[in-house]
Amino acid sequence: AVVAGLTVIPGLANADEAAVTEAIKGMVGDVPDESGVALDLPEIAENGNTVPLSFTVDAPMGEDLYVKDVMVMADGNPSPDVAVFHFTPMSGVAAGSTRMRLAGTQNVVAVARLSDGTALMGSKQVKVTIGGCGG
Amino acid sequence: MATIRPRVKAPKKAAAGEIIEIKTLINHDMESGQRKDKDGNPIPRQIIHKFTAEFNGTEFFSVDLAPAISANPYLSFNAKVDESGEFTFRWFDDDGSVYEDTKSIEVT
Amino acid sequence: LALRRAAAQQTLSQDDLLRFDPLGQVTLLHVTDVHAQLRPLYFREPSVNLGVGAVAGDPPHITGRDFLARYDIPADSPECYALTSVDFTALARTYGRVGGLDRLATLVNAIRAERPDQTLFLDGGDTWQGSYTSLQTNGADMIRAFNALKTDAMTAHWEFTYGEARVRAAVEGELDFPFLCGNVIDATWEEPVFESTQMFERGGVAVAVIGQAFPYTPIANPRHLIPEWSFGIRPEMVQEHVDNARANGAEVVVLLSHNGFDVDRKLASLVNGIDVILTGHTHDALPREVTVGKTLLIASGSHGKFLSRLDLEVKDGRVTDYRYRLIPVFSDVITPDPEMAKVITEVRAPYEAECTRVLGQTDDLLYRRGNFNGSFDDLICQALLAERDAEIALSPGFRWGATLLPGQDITVDDVYSMTSITYPNAYRQPMTGAMLKTVLEDVADNLFNTDPFYQQGGDMVRVGGMGYAIDIHKPMGERISDLTLLATGDPIDPAREYIVAGWASVNEGTEGPPIYDIVSQYIERQGTVSVPENTAITIKA
Ligand SMILES: [Mn+2]
Ligand SMILES: [Mn+2]
Repeated sequence: AVVAGLTVIPGLANADEAAVTEAIKGMVGDVPDESGVALDLPEIAENGNTVPLSFTVDAPMGEDLYVKDVMVMADGNPSPDVAVFHFTPMSGVAAGSTRMRLAGTQNVVAVARLSDGTALMGSKQVKVTIGGCGG
Repeated sequence: MATIRPRVKAPKKAAAGEIIEIKTLINHDMESGQRKDKDGNPIPRQIIHKFTAEFNGTEFFSVDLAPAISANPYLSFNAKVDESGEFTFRWFDDDGSVYEDTKSIEVT
Repeated sequence: LALRRAAAQQTLSQDDLLRFDPLGQVTLLHVTDVHAQLRPLYFREPSVNLGVGAVAGDPPHITGRDFLARYDIPADSPECYALTSVDFTALARTYGRVGGLDRLATLVNAIRAERPDQTLFLDGGDTWQGSYTSLQTNGADMIRAFNALKTDAMTAHWEFTYGEARVRAAVEGELDFPFLCGNVIDATWEEPVFESTQMFERGGVAVAVIGQAFPYTPIANPRHLIPEWSFGIRPEMVQEHVDNARANGAEVVVLLSHNGFDVDRKLASLVNGIDVILTGHTHDALPREVTVGKTLLIASGSHGKFLSRLDLEVKDGRVTDYRYRLIPVFSDVITPDPEMAKVITEVRAPYEAECTRVLGQTDDLLYRRGNFNGSFDDLICQALLAERDAEIALSPGFRWGATLLPGQDITVDDVYSMTSITYPNAYRQPMTGAMLKTVLEDVADNLFNTDPFYQQGGDMVRVGGMGYAIDIHKPMGERISDLTLLATGDPIDPAREYIVAGWASVNEGTEGPPIYDIVSQYIERQGTVSVPENTAITIKA
C-alpha cells in the first residue's frame, strides 16, 4: 500500500472548470452536449507525468464537411491547455493520440469543431493515486 | 539535453485511398516553465509548441502543443493516401529550432 | 479429535471430488492466484468482503453464514469449511489442509484421462510469487511445476514484479505454454508486448483463449520494475481481440482474466461475444457461475485451494449448454501425483532446511483475508512497531498468504508466504497526520469506489498503533474519520509528524531491512506470538 517518499498528493486537483468552460466558449460559442467524441484515457493514471490520451471524432471527413479542430483540455492543471489538433479531409479520420501531464485527479475534455461550425465533445475523469495494493 | 532526434513510424506501402496510421516521437524535455531550479529560480519554458505534417508539399495535419504535453512528445494521427509521395514532418521548438523528418510511401 | 477427523474424511474421497456428469465437447479447467504454494496449507476465506454500489450484497460480496444461506451449504460441511470462515479452526482440524500442486496434478490428470483431447488447463496468474522458493528462484520453481502440469496458457500479475528482463526470459525461454496479456502495450510506441490470443482445438471445437493481465500492475506494484510496459483495462482492445478470434473461426471465446471479479463483471457488460470469463486477482471462490448476459463468470479462489471444471456443449458455433463445479482440493483425501511430488521435492531441496526452520509458535489463528484487517497483518504491524521503533505501522492489504492454526509452529515458509516480494524494504519515516489520512482515503477509494474500473482489488491498508473509523459509502476524502493514536488515545493531529514504519513501497530506492527479516526476528524474540482481536477500526453503517 503505502509509500515512502510520497511524491503524488492524490485527491481532486485544483479544478479550474471555469477556465475550461471559457476556452470552450471561445472556440465554439457554447458548451456542447457530450457526444460524438470518443475519448480513450486510463481510469487511473499509471504515471501522472505521462498519461496516454486518444480520441476519435464520429464525424465525416469529406471535402464538404469535416472535422477542423480538436481541442484537448484538463481542468486540474496549472493551465487547462493540453493540445489543439488541426485536421483536413486528407486526414481520413479525425483521430489522434498523445501523452500528457496531469497534476492530480481531474477531468480531461476534448471538443471538436466541424467545418460547418458544429461542435462535439467528450470528457473523462482520470484518477491519480498513490497506489501500492493488490490481490 | 541529448541531441534532438525525431522518430517516425509509417507504413512504406499502402493501397490507393487507404487510411494509414503515422506515429511520431521526439526526445525533448518539454520544460513547462512551472518548475524551479535548486536555488528557487524559475526554469524558463522551452517546449516543442507546434508539429506539422505535409504530404507532397501540402500540410494536412498539425498540432499546437501546450506545456502539459509530456516530455518526449508522442503524436499519432492518420492520413488518407491516394498517390505515392513523401511525407515531411516538422517540430517547432520555442528556441526557434525546427526539426524535420521525411518518409516515403508507395501507393499501389 | 483423530476419530472425528477420520469420520469426517470417510464422507469425502478423491472420487467424490472428481464426480462430474460430463457434458458437451470441451472441458475448461481453471486455477488462479496460486501464489507459489507448492504444498498443502490452510487458507481461511474472508469474514468481511464488502461490496459497494450496484454489487453490494451480491457474490462475491457475501461471507460467513450469509454465504452458506445464499448457496444452501450446511454448516460444518466440507463446503462450509472450504468456502467460508465459519468455525474455521474447528473445521480445519476436521478436514485438514487444502491445495498442494501434487494433489492438483492428480485431479487435473484424472480429468484429462476422462476427457482426452477435450480439456484445456488454464492458469489465471499470480503464480510465480508468494513463497521463499519462488523468491529465491525468481519464479523458476513455479514455472517448472506449471510446465509439468501441462498448462495450456496463463496470464499474469505478480509475475511482473520480477521485472521486465526476467519476464521476457521466462516467456521466451522457460515457459512451455503461451503467456497471454492482450492489454499490455509498450509505453513508447503503444504496440502489443505479448500475444493476446491462443487458438485451441478441443473436442472438435475451436476455442480462443484471450489473456488479460492485471490492469493496474504499474500502480499497485512498482512501475520502475516494468518501466517500458503500460497496462489498463482497455475494453475496446478486448473487443478487438474477441472480434479477431471470432473472425478466425473461434466457436468458444474464453477471457483468461486477472482483472478482479467486479471489474470482470463490468467488462462482461461492455464487451460482446465472450462466452466465459475465468476471473482472478480478487481471490473469490464461488461455488456457482455468475452470468452477465450470455457471459459466464467463474471465480476459482486462490492458493491452489480449488480447481474449477466447466464443461461446455457447443452446437452450430455457439455454446448451448454448460455444467460447472468448483472442486475443493482437500489435500488429505487426494493421492499425490508422484511425478509432481518429485518436482516439488526437487525444487525445494536446496532450501528445505531453511524453509522448515521453526521461528516460534502462535497462540492464535493467523490469517490475512478481510477488508480491514487480518491477524497475520496485525502481527506484521506489531513487528514493525517493535523492531523499527515506530509510533504507527502500515502494512499493505495484500490478499495472499497461508493461514496458521492456533498452536501451530511458525516456520520461515510461513513468514515468506505472507511477505515474499521483490521490494521488501521496511521504511521508517516521519509522516504528518494529514498525510496519514490522505493515505487511508486513497486506499479506501481503491477498494470502495462505486465504479469497479477504479478499484485495484486489494484490501484496506493495515494499521498498527492507530485506530480509525470508516464509512465505505461516502465519497473519496470523506470516508475516514476519528484517527486515534492508540498509545495515548489522543486524536491524530493533522499537523504533527509521526514516526511511521511500513513496507512494500512502490517507490524506487526505498531503504530499510527486508520485511521478512523483521517479522522473523520479532517472532523469534517472542517465542510464542499472540494477536488480540483488532478493535481499532470502526465500520460505520
Ligand atoms: Mn492474487
Ligand atoms: Mn493479482
